Formats: sequence, structure tokens, C-alpha cells
Amino acid sequence: MIKLSGKPVYQGIAMGPAAVLRKEDQPVKRIRIADTETEIARLKKAGKEASQQLQKLYEKAKKEVGESSAAIFEVHQMMLEDDDYLDAIHSMICTEMVNAEFAVAMTGDNFAAMFAGMDDDYMKARAADVKDISNRLIRNLSGEKEIDFASMEPSVIVADDLTPSETVQMDKEKILAFVTVHGSANSHTSILARMMNIPALIGVPVNLNEIRSGMTVMVDGFRGEAVFEPSEEIGMAARERIQKEQDKIKLLQELKGKENRTKDGRTINIYANIGSVSDVGYALENDAGGIGLFRSEFLYLGRDDYPSEEEQFQAYRQVVQTMAGKKVIIRTLDIGADKQADYFDLGKEDNPAMGYRAIRICLKEQEIFCTQLRALLRAAVYGNLSVMYPMITSVDEVTKIYEIVERVKEELDTNGIPYKVPEQGIMIETPAAVMISDELAEMVDFFSIGTNDLTQYTLAVDRQNERLDDFYNPHHKAILKMIQMVVDNAHIAGKWAGICGELGADPKLTKRFIDMGIDELSVAPSMILPLREIVREI
Amino acid sequence: MKTFDYTIKDEVGIHARPAGQLVKEAKKYESKITVSINGKSAEATKLMAVMGLGVKCGQTVEVTVEGADEDTACEGIRTFFEENL
Repeated sequence: MIKLSGKPVYQGIAMGPAAVLRKEDQPVKRIRIADTETEIARLKKAGKEASQQLQKLYEKAKKEVGESSAAIFEVHQMMLEDDDYLDAIHSMICTEMVNAEFAVAMTGDNFAAMFAGMDDDYMKARAADVKDISNRLIRNLSGEKEIDFASMEPSVIVADDLTPSETVQMDKEKILAFVTVHGSANSHTSILARMMNIPALIGVPVNLNEIRSGMTVMVDGFRGEAVFEPSEEIGMAARERIQKEQDKIKLLQELKGKENRTKDGRTINIYANIGSVSDVGYALENDAGGIGLFRSEFLYLGRDDYPSEEEQFQAYRQVVQTMAGKKVIIRTLDIGADKQADYFDLGKEDNPAMGYRAIRICLKEQEIFCTQLRALLRAAVYGNLSVMYPMITSVDEVTKIYEIVERVKEELDTNGIPYKVPEQGIMIETPAAVMISDELAEMVDFFSIGTNDLTQYTLAVDRQNERLDDFYNPHHKAILKMIQMVVDNAHIAGKWAGICGELGADPKLTKRFIDMGIDELSVAPSMILPLREIVREI
Repeated sequence: MKTFDYTIKDEVGIHARPAGQLVKEAKKYESKITVSINGKSAEATKLMAVMGLGVKCGQTVEVTVEGADEDTACEGIRTFFEENL
């Protein structure tokens, strides 16, 4: 049993098999061995397992994808049986007296290099096959189970760190919890965990070499503990608590359909923050009044080129139609800082948080911006869509944005493409925007306060620096005063103001927010009903 | 010892799948079967070596068969080439 502590990012408790995501370039250890016969026997056993695994994969692939695609697994089996390959491994074990894992790794690399060096593209690609079967043998030798995301059973992801792109590609149904060695409480990955209602721990000093996929791990997001191979006692206690949590969830479900109304009759809109089209389901399940923030950059991440206008249009339209008349606020492209996409070619910056990102990219690379705007205006026909512009710092920026929107409208008119001009608002996430919010309120239809970045810039604390978590005080008077100022300025101009940053979900501040007159809170879907419970108690 | 030449018709050349099947076929026989091209050669029972020859469409390989069952082996291998490559 291994007990480790970490910082909890979402309170919940889960237990299940670990799925260890090892970064590929973790080298295999070379160990001197005395008994070559045992190593050869281990190798044989691993080889047999590999053959069986490949057989299963072949059959599954044949059923699901067809004979020719499945054929690759047959090839893998044949490679595993190749005399030259096996002889090379055997002889390395016997002459150099090393462990099977190392012999396989070295041999695999050599053969892969041979293929990679050929001038035929097809053959070059076979290098990956050799690496693949070698990795399979190594995994079998170390008793590790393979992660097959598609047919994987619900598991706890254990990794060094996760990029937003990686988490996007995972099948959310199969993830019980996250445990990472790095990561900060306010990093994007943590926000994702909260959004997925998934217990997550960061800063857990896991030795990825000691942990194997398949090991049972209990993740306690209340106490900030991860226990690998828990004892009977701990396991049982965990199961009880998991049951209690599920009961609590059922209770909250009873709040569905009820209004967000205080005892003295004040109401507030509670919307959902989402990051992909498939998340709309979560939002509706949790009875969101609308989508307060649709993070459009997920259309841009985890791929190697720009999404087309058509692709974007389809995505926006789907969300807007599924929400059937409920408001959907889509934020334009917010790439940069911790949300990186290589093909944007943004280059290294010393201060990415204060760098070339979001609306700045859009105003400079107007083609990318126009593509997104066209898709949004076209999608607006299908439902209640609003657009929100991030990282605004000046009246000038808004003026320029409106000029571009006019051009887009003219283009669409010229081409006879149906569209609607949506409600347009801005994110207030810079101190500058707060200070001129009186002027900005005259120009836009609404404000949405991005408390995460606003706090970062106001308190001069880097959101992604783990060491600064103690200095990051989201309840700082400065922030609360700023929020009040923004809300007041919005109301003076007859506009509404909401919060889409993490602070909106803070149950300690809900009453304060209602007292301040905030019109809308947009939060992770899992927080909608808990907040409603609090509002109804006020 | 028997030999024959064969010009590859398959567009992708000797790629993984037929190479694997060639290996299976060659293992049926006692004789040693060698495939050569441009001075390089590989035993037909060794998958990686055969693939390593990088034989492309339109190229001609020389196949040598030597052993007790070389007659049947040669026929079998030649038929294999004609039907699969």
C-alpha cells in the first residue's frame, strides 16, 4: 500500500484501477542479471502474452474496422516471431547479461532505426510497428496492463501532467479521477476536472516507475489523498463514502426544475461553462439556465491545423439547437498562455499570460477571426446565441472588433448567406477593463467577469505557478471591489453583468454576489444545483 | 539448387503482409530459400530481413532454393509470388 498526499482540485471520492500515462521517452532501466535462463523464460512468457493480446486486437479490429485495417496486428504477430529479432534479443541477454526489458528496448530501437533509414515511405512507417511491438513486450515483462482508451474500463488516470489537448481526447465516461505529479490549482487541467465532476489531485509525488496500470487506487478529493493498493479497511471505508456521495447527488437532482430564487424573491441566472459540444449534455442534465461560456478554443486544440468555417458553424449550430432557445454565450478564440496549439506558431514568450493571445491574435490575424465570426453569425440563426470577446483592455479594441463584424456582415450579405447579429459582450478580465467599464458598458450588450485572469493580473500572481498558490487569494478585497464596480457600471448603462470565472462557483460568495446585484453566474455544470440549493436558502 | 527471377507486380512492393505470408510459406519447406536484389539478400523465413530489402514494384528479385525438397519448394514459392506479388 502506498499513501500519498496531494492538493485536491475537486472534492469527490473515487476508487478504481489506475491507468498510468507514461511519457514515451522514459528510458528502460538497464539491470545486470546473473541468471540468463530466467530472463529468457520471462521473455518467452511475455512473447506468448503479446501474441494473445495481438490476436484479440486483430479480432476486435476485424469486427469493428475491417480485414485490411486489422491486418496490422497480424503483421505485429509475425514481427514478434521473426528469427532475427528474437535472436538479437536473446544474444544481448546472454552476452551482455542484461534484463529482458533492456534487451528488447535496444533491439527494438535498432530494428526501428533500420526501417527509419530506408528510403521507402511505407517501410519508414514500419519503424513505428517495431517500436510498438517492443513496447508491448516491455509492458508484458513488467506486468503492466495496457491502456486502451476505447475499451478501457473506468480508471483513475495517473500521469506526470496533462495538457488540455490530452484531456480533451480522453473518453470522459471512462475516467474516475485524475492524479498528477504536477499541475496547479488554477491551471486549465484543474478547471477541466471540476467541470467533469471528477475528483482530482495535483502535486502528488508519485513515482511513475513504482506504479503500474491496473493497480487499484483510491482518490480522496476531500482529504487530498491517493492510496495505491488500499488495504481492505480503507477500501471498505471508501466504498461507503462513495455511496454517500451518490446519495447526495440524488438529493440535488430534486432541485432540478426549481428556480434560482432567494427566500426574499431575488433571482439570479445560473449558467454552465463548457468546453466542447458533447458537454452540452452535462449542462442540460444539471439544469443550466443557459451556457454562460462556451470555450471555443477546444475546436482549435488537439489538432494540427485550423478548423474550417464549416466545422465551426456545425459545432456552434449544434450547441445552440440543443439548448433550444436557452442562451448560449460563445467566447471567441482564446488561445495563448496555457492553451497552446503548435500550428498557430505563436513562438516562445517570456510572459505568455500577458502576451500575444486571445483577441490580440484575432485583431492581428483577421482571417482567422473572420472565419470564426462568419461561423458564429451564421449559427445565430438557429437559436439564442451571444458572442463574447476575451482579454479586452480598451475602447479602441471594441471599435475595431465592430468594424470587422461589419465587414463580415457585408460579406455574408453579398453572398446571400443567412445570418443574424447576435448579442455581443466582452469579458472583463483585465484591471484596465474594470477601470473603464463605464465607457465599455455604453458600447457592448453585456459583461462577463473572468475572475481567474482578473485575479492573476490584479494580484500579480501567475495562475500556473504551483509555488504561488498561497499568495493567490481569490477573495481579495481588491477583486470584490472590482466586481462591484463592473456590475454598477453595467447597470447604469442598462446592461447585464455576470461572472464566468471560477469564483462564480464559490459557495462562500453566493450571497455576496446576489447582494452586489450580479445578474448571472456561469459555473461548472456540477455546481449548478449546489448553488441553486444555496440561493434558495438565502 | 534452383533459381528463378520474378518481377514484382504489386504496387506497394514487398510490404508487410505478403512478406509475412512469404515467411509462412517458406517455413513449410526444408530447403533454404533466399531472396536477392541488387546484391542484397535475405532468407525468406526472416520477416524483418525480407522487409529490409525494400523491394518495390517493378523491381526484379532472384530467388534461390537449395535443399532436399527444392523442387516442390521452388514450385510452391514461385506460385506464391505469382499469386500475391
